[in-house]
Amino acid sequence: MAEPMIFAQTIRDIVRRHGGLPTRLLQVLRDVQDHLAWLPPEALDQVAEELGLSPDKVRGVAEFYSFLYTDPRGSYDILFSDNITDRMLGNRELLHYLCGRLGVGIGETRADRVVSVGVTSCTGMCDQGPAALVNGYTLTRLDRSRLDRIVELVNSRTALDRWPREFFEVTSNIRRADILLGRHFADGAAVRAALKHGPEAMLEELVKSGLRGQGGAGYQSAAKWMACRNAPGEVKYVVCNADEGEPGTFKDRVLMQDFADLVFEGMTLCGRVIGARQGFVYLRGEYRYLLEALRATLQRRREVGLLGEAILGDPGFDFDIDIHLGAGAYVCGEESALIESLEGKHGVPRIRPPFPTTHGYLNRPTVVNNVETFAAAAKIAMEGGAWFASRGTAESKGTKLLSVSGDCERPGIYEYPFGVTVQRVLEDCGARDAQGIQMAGPAGHTISARQFGRRICFEDLATGGSFMVFDRSRDILDGIRNFTQFFVHESCGFCTPCRVGASLMRDLVAKVHTGHGTRFDLEEMRKLGRIMQVACHCGLGQTAPNPVLDSLDEFPEAYERRLRSTAYEPAFDLNAALEEARQLTGRRDPGAYLREQDLMLGAMP
Amino acid sequence: MSAEQCFTLDGRRVPFQDGQTLMAAALDAGVYIPHLCFNPEFAPHGSCRVCLVQVNGRVQAACTTPAAAGLTVQSEIEELREMRRGILQMLFVEGNHVCPACEKSGACQLQAVAYYVGMQTPHYKHFYPRRPVDASHPEAVIDFNRCILCELCVRASRDVDGKNVFAVQGRGIQARLVVNTPSGQLGATPFSIHDKAAQVCPTGTILTKHRGYETPIGQRLYDRKPISVVGDVAQLPESRGGRRHD
Repeated sequence: MAEPMIFAQTIRDIVRRHGGLPTRLLQVLRDVQDHLAWLPPEALDQVAEELGLSPDKVRGVAEFYSFLYTDPRGSYDILFSDNITDRMLGNRELLHYLCGRLGVGIGETRADRVVSVGVTSCTGMCDQGPAALVNGYTLTRLDRSRLDRIVELVNSRTALDRWPREFFEVTSNIRRADILLGRHFADGAAVRAALKHGPEAMLEELVKSGLRGQGGAGYQSAAKWMACRNAPGEVKYVVCNADEGEPGTFKDRVLMQDFADLVFEGMTLCGRVIGARQGFVYLRGEYRYLLEALRATLQRRREVGLLGEAILGDPGFDFDIDIHLGAGAYVCGEESALIESLEGKHGVPRIRPPFPTTHGYLNRPTVVNNVETFAAAAKIAMEGGAWFASRGTAESKGTKLLSVSGDCERPGIYEYPFGVTVQRVLEDCGARDAQGIQMAGPAGHTISARQFGRRICFEDLATGGSFMVFDRSRDILDGIRNFTQFFVHESCGFCTPCRVGASLMRDLVAKVHTGHGTRFDLEEMRKLGRIMQVACHCGLGQTAPNPVLDSLDEFPEAYERRLRSTAYEPAFDLNAALEEARQLTGRRDPGAYLREQDLMLGAMP
Repeated sequence: MSAEQCFTLDGRRVPFQDGQTLMAAALDAGVYIPHLCFNPEFAPHGSCRVCLVQVNGRVQAACTTPAAAGLTVQSEIEELREMRRGILQMLFVEGNHVCPACEKSGACQLQAVAYYVGMQTPHYKHFYPRRPVDASHPEAVIDFNRCILCELCVRASRDVDGKNVFAVQGRGIQARLVVNTPSGQLGATPFSIHDKAAQVCPTGTILTKHRGYETPIGQRLYDRKPISVVGDVAQLPESRGGRRHD
């Protein structure tokens, strides 16, 4: 047990550094955990007291986020990214290897509290996996030799900053650049354009550009900005959604790593247009490694007059940006859950309406846009709406960044004008033998080769950017099962059909995957999926059954070749269910086990 | 004064006031839409999803959807009844609900809504979670096996009683009702059976000690008439089968 006397002053200092603001609760808890490796009850109670919050609220937040621990963890906490792309690169074998070498079970903390190892949802390194996090910092390109070295470093208690730098190297892998990534952008150009032409003219350009939300939802950006600009209230906010949690997506990582100025510029422009003085970047916890560099970029922008008070000398233009770090919760990518999290609460999506444009952060009018949307807006301010709209399709203007991973020779970032076909992307990335694509992540679409002629745009295949390729050597059901596990882990638990339905769906898919399913179970999946699609409270639950429903249509043979010929099989293993009784009675004779023919009879109608 | 604003609910005209939800307006008009986490004395929550209705063809929760003139709302259609059955079944397998052995049987809103939507079996695989029973309080017992996470007790204790005795913690399927004390025991809180929080549970999670089965099973609130006629147990005076103590 950590000694309260020792951490009391540490916690006081952390809370003070965060201004004693309850909205900083999540940030405070992250910092406290950085010092203590976990969050002991006494620490939580002290945080509650210092922030003037009730202890249950603080505990509720600590229990909600996967990267916050209310049980002891090791000084080195290693979490393997467990997306299907990591699995395809062999992460499971490496995970078992590392656990064996360290002498610790998966999801456990070693008795000496030096190390703990577990798994986590996709960390956004699909183009350079298998990946992991150590104390929140990204490790890429894991293999046995790296793990051998990590075992030595852990066992010798070597501080992270003395680990080999190449272990932490994250490359951007930009394979195709178009107007967003390919053209030079002069710092301050968008802000200067906004000052020169005024907010109305900027909005007009945005209307002309046809820019739509690049997170995947596709809402007209100009309409969102205008609604917020026109919303009553003096205090307004700009929020950049950098909670890129959709498995297989990593384009926002690249934008934040290589094009942060462009993103900050887009946010500043938005602040000018809607009349906000404060912006926030909600950066997913998995991108912790970017934090210092981003803060340095913000500081540099302040020093050259592009942020802060009287931007570029205009006394009426104050705007600054703060970065909030998430802590492992996919649901916070949903904009109202993100706002809750920004306010320091657990991330449960709000009831909508009202929408953030009128009731957002602290119930003030707020624009929430994706990283890529802000980057595009900055370019539009500089180059004009017509320039942007000259690319793309009728309903989807401009370009889209795709995060390509899986079975292809050149995984990475591909920027295409909207309307590009799936086939073209496959050719460019060197995917020679693709049987299917998971488009837009688990919440998107599973498509087979007969749909490779479809176009990537809002009229046809909408996407936030995830593009995972499966070749013919893969079992599609491995991926589908991985996705159902993902949604169980990421459901916030607020509404019944998502909280319970996600677990039911995972179990149905597992039943078929392990060869125990029947045709009845496939129909059960469809029925359950339909309920979830319409009944859930937010987009997470509504899209959670998509991979199952799509693959039932697109890859029926992946299910059917595993089915039992009986009409019905029970959801549990009858023999295993008798084990407790066998143990209690000490029986091991043949009569204490069900025989195959008993089971067959039991299954007869 | 303008003409009365109305929407249609299953073909019937339902008037509403500005700011009312579909659920509130339907309740005022005496039209029953099945629900569990909704209670007219509290702000809408929208978590149980039992009150799903079709609004101009789109499925939405009646308790959180603002009423608007001219909306066409459908509630009693088979498609929605099937969906509600599915959601009720999920609630039944998520916890441990043993109706024949429950003191609340016959006066339980969860059970009554299940009957109302035509649920005959739990259908799905039971989760059989291991959940505790807390009998530490002198006047009340909490059986967490029956909790459906509607958060009515959480809201009542925080917003009406000013005691903040309950909370929901954990994420996803790990979400659970907890008692806000270091020990997690109800006996260590200022909770009283006269609290609002003691009267709002739509299941048998929070029960009064020292009295039980006063009305024989078969003669209880919902044994004689369906919930659509009787109304919510939490809204009824004790003389009509409610469990009020004030």
